[in-house]
Amino acid sequence: MGDTIASLLIGEIGIIQDFCLDAIPLNLLEMGCLPGKEVRLLQIAPFKDPLYIKVNGSHLAIRIETAKQINITKLR
Amino acid sequence: MKSNSLLNIALVGNPNTGKTSLFNQLTGLNQKVGNYPGITVDKKQGKCKISEHLTAEITDLPGTYSINPTTLDETIVLETLLDENNNSFPDLVIVVAEVENLKRNLFLFSQIKDLQFPSILVINMSDQMIRKGITIDIEALKRELKSEIILISARKNLGIDALKREIENYENWNTEPIANISEKIDTVFFDTIKTTFPEFSLYKSWLLITQQKNCGFLSSELHHKITAFNPDSEKIKKYQHKETIYRYQIINEILKKTYSVDKNEASDLRSKLDRILTHRIYGYFIFFGVLMLIFQSIFEWASLPMDLIDGFFANLSELAKTNLPNGAFTNLIAEGIIPGIGGVVIFIPQIAILFLFIATLEETGYMSRVVFLMDKIMRKFGMSGKSIIPLISGTACAIPAIMASRNISDWKERLITILVVPFTTCSARLPVYAILIALIIPDERVFGIFNLQGLTLMGLYLLGFTAAISSAILLHNVLNIKTKSLFVIEMPNYKLPSFKNVFYEVVEKTKAFVFGAGKIILALSIVLWFLASNGPEKFKNAAEFVNTQESTNNLPDDVLNKKIASYKLEHSYIGTMGKIIEPVIKPMGYDWKIGIALISSFAAREVFIGALATIYNVESEGEDVGTIKERMAAEVDPRTGEKRFNFATGMSLLLFYAFAMQCIGTLAIVKRETKSWKWPILQLTGMGALAYIVAVITFNILS
Repeated sequence: MGDTIASLLIGEIGIIQDFCLDAIPLNLLEMGCLPGKEVRLLQIAPFKDPLYIKVNGSHLAIRIETAKQINITKLR
Repeated sequence: MKSNSLLNIALVGNPNTGKTSLFNQLTGLNQKVGNYPGITVDKKQGKCKISEHLTAEITDLPGTYSINPTTLDETIVLETLLDENNNSFPDLVIVVAEVENLKRNLFLFSQIKDLQFPSILVINMSDQMIRKGITIDIEALKRELKSEIILISARKNLGIDALKREIENYENWNTEPIANISEKIDTVFFDTIKTTFPEFSLYKSWLLITQQKNCGFLSSELHHKITAFNPDSEKIKKYQHKETIYRYQIINEILKKTYSVDKNEASDLRSKLDRILTHRIYGYFIFFGVLMLIFQSIFEWASLPMDLIDGFFANLSELAKTNLPNGAFTNLIAEGIIPGIGGVVIFIPQIAILFLFIATLEETGYMSRVVFLMDKIMRKFGMSGKSIIPLISGTACAIPAIMASRNISDWKERLITILVVPFTTCSARLPVYAILIALIIPDERVFGIFNLQGLTLMGLYLLGFTAAISSAILLHNVLNIKTKSLFVIEMPNYKLPSFKNVFYEVVEKTKAFVFGAGKIILALSIVLWFLASNGPEKFKNAAEFVNTQESTNNLPDDVLNKKIASYKLEHSYIGTMGKIIEPVIKPMGYDWKIGIALISSFAAREVFIGALATIYNVESEGEDVGTIKERMAAEVDPRTGEKRFNFATGMSLLLFYAFAMQCIGTLAIVKRETKSWKWPILQLTGMGALAYIVAVITFNILS
């Protein structure tokens, strides 16, 4: 399977490929989390959830179940 | 309806853009606060003089990232902007943006523009542009957005006058839409919308169709028309996503030409602080430390002003009694109204201090880190990281706490939070705890350092939290509500708190408590006084009854008067009520006098002390009875000759107050927030039953 935001390590960057429209809340898109945008994992909360990311200039925290729905390609 | 000279302005913007700072600058202390219970604190409004001839009423709408709402707060933005009959329907809209997140802020601005309001873009924190390496070509941006733009720094009060001058000219602003959603998404589909709803702008029609369930204001006719349009929900979802992507495309194009940021200048203070504050170990230690600081301060700082207030109202009452002519009216003032007001005012220090901390923590951006840190743990209990704020606020008052749950987007998480918040030890329980602890727990030290009374109080706090968490787990497993997580929070930049914003927040919250909950407390104190000083037959002829019952000839006058007074109380309206419930409360160890206090405190817990004070006051016929505590300590059970407030009864009362749902204000707010009587009734009966059982068991074990 391909990578998702949930498979990033802290500090790693990926490019958002696509996601299942049903699984992603509209407000996440509206805050800038869109296909083609760069996403960087900044921090993981204790107990591995939620994730603190920077995407398209916004600093956001999302739950891991949401992160797993967003496919990315890692930048190396 | 608004008058012609008053301009309605809506203030819209993302959270953390300094929207509230701008609102405070524009309106000052000229703000109106919605009251509870019954009336929402939905809208903060304030008056602002724009020019010599023009005054505006400014509505500070809740912060939102988009017009499409995900939380209750955000629904208010949608409703205000779409409902032309709403009395805050704006003549013009100010959209507040912030230099650093301009892209995301413009997303919301583009939606407002498409609704074709006269709107102006205000870019806040412009004083930080140089430090952050940001340059904006304002003239080009104005052209691209077909809009007026003002740079301001709300905290430094820069650009406010320029904004006011520009507003004077609002009738000449360009109201063309920015995004042509029709052409980019599906021309045929949007053309049908245009022909079906020719009376609205295209974007407004689109919002009415997509957000029908969030538009409570629709006339049945319009409702019908939208339903008849019957769009396919899959299609709507797809088009909403397309719309979002399209809006960002436009914004990116525009910003490419007008906005640049020198990345090297980006500060890494955020990442340094984040690493410590959200650390898996230090993070919790710091949060725990902050909590301890808050609770310590509530007790330490508030105790002195509370004592002063207490003393002040006691003296005032005394003064009224001695200086006003004798009579029912004086009694009403001295025994009903003054103690009633005192009972409200005494909570102000604690509530103000609590909100001072909460407002400061929110201003700095730390609260979002707490949400991030606690989310996973809170989810185990069926709540959200965002539930932390209501749970902490609940230690002051459950009413604002329940309202703070509005930004939890998941219904199940929000409902559980609302249902368990009243278990947290609110400040109304404190005076009851304080006086009972002082009566039954010896003022001693254990292990040389801990004060036993303090430990008991701490135990009661822990008990409240434990009860909240346990019932949350129970509800999490019992409630069968399927929801999809919409949890997304912004992690804002760290900021120094603005004194002004914190101050206004504290004033607003305190005012809301005093004028909302306070009204109930005051009204009940008066009703209670009336019920205690009036009664049927036996009450009116108390002197005769006492005389016929006993050989009163040998009794000295004062003893006789006391006998008459206590006979009166027993046969007053409230005494009769107390007597009726006595069999029910007896297993918990209470008599009819405590019963009266119990009945009255179903309106608000703190009335308990006031009620006992009133009862003993009425009974003693104005004689000096010392403090309420002394009077309670002297109260004796006539059957056993033992102290009324002994250890068993005291503990039983403490636990009863810890668990029981005795607050009409909270019940009213729960009804309003859940839109159903089911939940407040569940709270009332569930918590009541728990309290009763625990109190009965405690009393029987201890006595």
